[in-house]
Amino acid sequence: MTDLEPDRRRETHPGRLPRLLGELWRDKAGFTGVALVAALILMAAAAPLLAPYSPTAQDLRSRLAPPVWEDNGSWKHILGTDHLGRDVLSRVIHGSRVSLSVGAAVVLFAGTFGVVLGLIAGYRGGRTDSFIMRWIDTQVAFPGLLIALIILAVIGPSMLTVILVLSFNGWMVYGRMTRGAVLSVRQTAYVEAAEMVGCSAMRVVFRHILPNLTSPLLTLSILEFARIVLAEAALSFLGMGIQPPATSWGLDVATGKNYMFRAWWLVTFPGVAISITVLAINLVASWLRLVSDPQEREKQFARQMRGLRQKRNRRQPQGATSP
Amino acid sequence: MGRYFLKRLSQGVIVILGVTVLVFVVTRLVGDPVRIMLPLEATAEQRAEFEKQLGLDRPIWVQFIHFMDGLTRLDFGDSLWQRRPAMKIVFEKLPLTLELAFLGIGLAFFLSIPLGILAALRPGGASDRSTVFVSLIGLSVPQFWLGLLLIVVFAVQLGWLPTSGIDTPAHLIMPTITMALPALARLVMIVRSSMIDELNQPYVKTCFAKGLSFYRVVGVHALRNASLPVVTLGGWELIRAVAGYSVVVETVFAWPGLGLTAIQAIEREDLILLQAIVFTVAILVVLINLLMDVAYKAIDPRLKLR
Repeated sequence: MTDLEPDRRRETHPGRLPRLLGELWRDKAGFTGVALVAALILMAAAAPLLAPYSPTAQDLRSRLAPPVWEDNGSWKHILGTDHLGRDVLSRVIHGSRVSLSVGAAVVLFAGTFGVVLGLIAGYRGGRTDSFIMRWIDTQVAFPGLLIALIILAVIGPSMLTVILVLSFNGWMVYGRMTRGAVLSVRQTAYVEAAEMVGCSAMRVVFRHILPNLTSPLLTLSILEFARIVLAEAALSFLGMGIQPPATSWGLDVATGKNYMFRAWWLVTFPGVAISITVLAINLVASWLRLVSDPQEREKQFARQMRGLRQKRNRRQPQGATSP
Repeated sequence: MGRYFLKRLSQGVIVILGVTVLVFVVTRLVGDPVRIMLPLEATAEQRAEFEKQLGLDRPIWVQFIHFMDGLTRLDFGDSLWQRRPAMKIVFEKLPLTLELAFLGIGLAFFLSIPLGILAALRPGGASDRSTVFVSLIGLSVPQFWLGLLLIVVFAVQLGWLPTSGIDTPAHLIMPTITMALPALARLVMIVRSSMIDELNQPYVKTCFAKGLSFYRVVGVHALRNASLPVVTLGGWELIRAVAGYSVVVETVFAWPGLGLTAIQAIEREDLILLQAIVFTVAILVVLINLLMDVAYKAIDPRLKLR
């Protein structure tokens, strides 16, 4: 066992990250997505440093000021101000904090709960499995948004309750996927060997089964993250999400709606921010799916080979192609 | 088939029961309905009176039996906001929601097929890549914002279309488009991927080899085989439209269907009307699911439904 160890490390460890980065650079859409997401995370982390004003600072003398390139715009407020004279750019920058943290928290909560239930269902099988699957099937058919609205109306909307409600509505996909994956590796030789050697159920599940699920779960989590950002924005837009004086893109679109006819910038910029965020996350997810799916990798490899061959043929004069 | 259908029907009943119990628990146990529905300055007598009126002074299990008994007669009690039976309001608003959902998802469904096929004919080609890119944008734009942008451009700037309301057929255009676009983006992607899979099958070569026309091979043979995932997703989109999108789209365009009524009920703290709406939508979701099962069997008779 010991003499295998350094060998494996030499083969996989060095060069793995550079290779991945190289692949990322070649896939322009994926690269754009990853770069945008990185920029968004930085923007959320450094929001107080980047934003020219506090998101709640009012300047009642310059209410509804247009963006800088419009007739009455000024460099004081690059993207204009809202009905209370709050700087739109600062609010958009600060809004990223809410979207990203709600998304991350929901993915964490819903993902953990769903994965644990899926592992239990797939590993235990029998009655436990059919109970959990029946539960998932039932809850999937619930009208999610309406349930979320009724719960939020009763317990009161806030960032924490939005996270709880969205987690409650979103854990089922993880459960289903985990259970399916567990079932497919449950009968493999190495899992049986681990059981035979006397590993505890916990060890078998977490050390031997769970690592198989990393890449599909990662892709699913990222797709879910994008969905949650949209869901939080929709709840805040409907007035049942983040509440003022806190800042959220969905909330800002809702307030801008009342001034839509006079101040187009109020609905436009927070909406653009949501769209870019979700688009970036979707790009990352579709790149990740291509990279982690062996079938897709094969197709991509074939395309690359064809491309190389064409290039070589073009470079060499006709008839002189070496065998 | 009969047994399968019965099983699905019982699943549907469980879903409706689950939603009902959840809503009951949330409104009666987690929250305090009296506090939510009465103004803050209500006196103790008013609260007691109100509790008695709603039967909230009785033990919780008596309340539950009373609630379920009302359900079997589709009776939730009077809406606190409009002072008339909640179910009556629901039945008035329901046709408007269904109209918008069917129009929007129908539009998305029928547009997605030619667009998806066009992209699938040459995977990686120009039309394919632009279709995928536009769909990705369509998936990323929030629906409420899309609706507002349409209003700003076509109602405010150009003045071509009315901003909101339901008076003329022109009022239908923007809500339908807003309803359709996210669904269209997802449907195009699935038509594309399942058509790419089908067009790589050997039977397609056979069809061409025996001299069938291009339109017949692609539009009849391949499309039929590719249609199962497309119809499945179409059904899900219809469910999402009824149960989720309608709230957002109706709020943006002031379209007086169930979704807008739900938001108004929340604003007026009318939990009774809200319960009636959630219950009705849960029934609709179950019904659409059952219809989809019938559609599967019609599309692919080989399917053995269990």
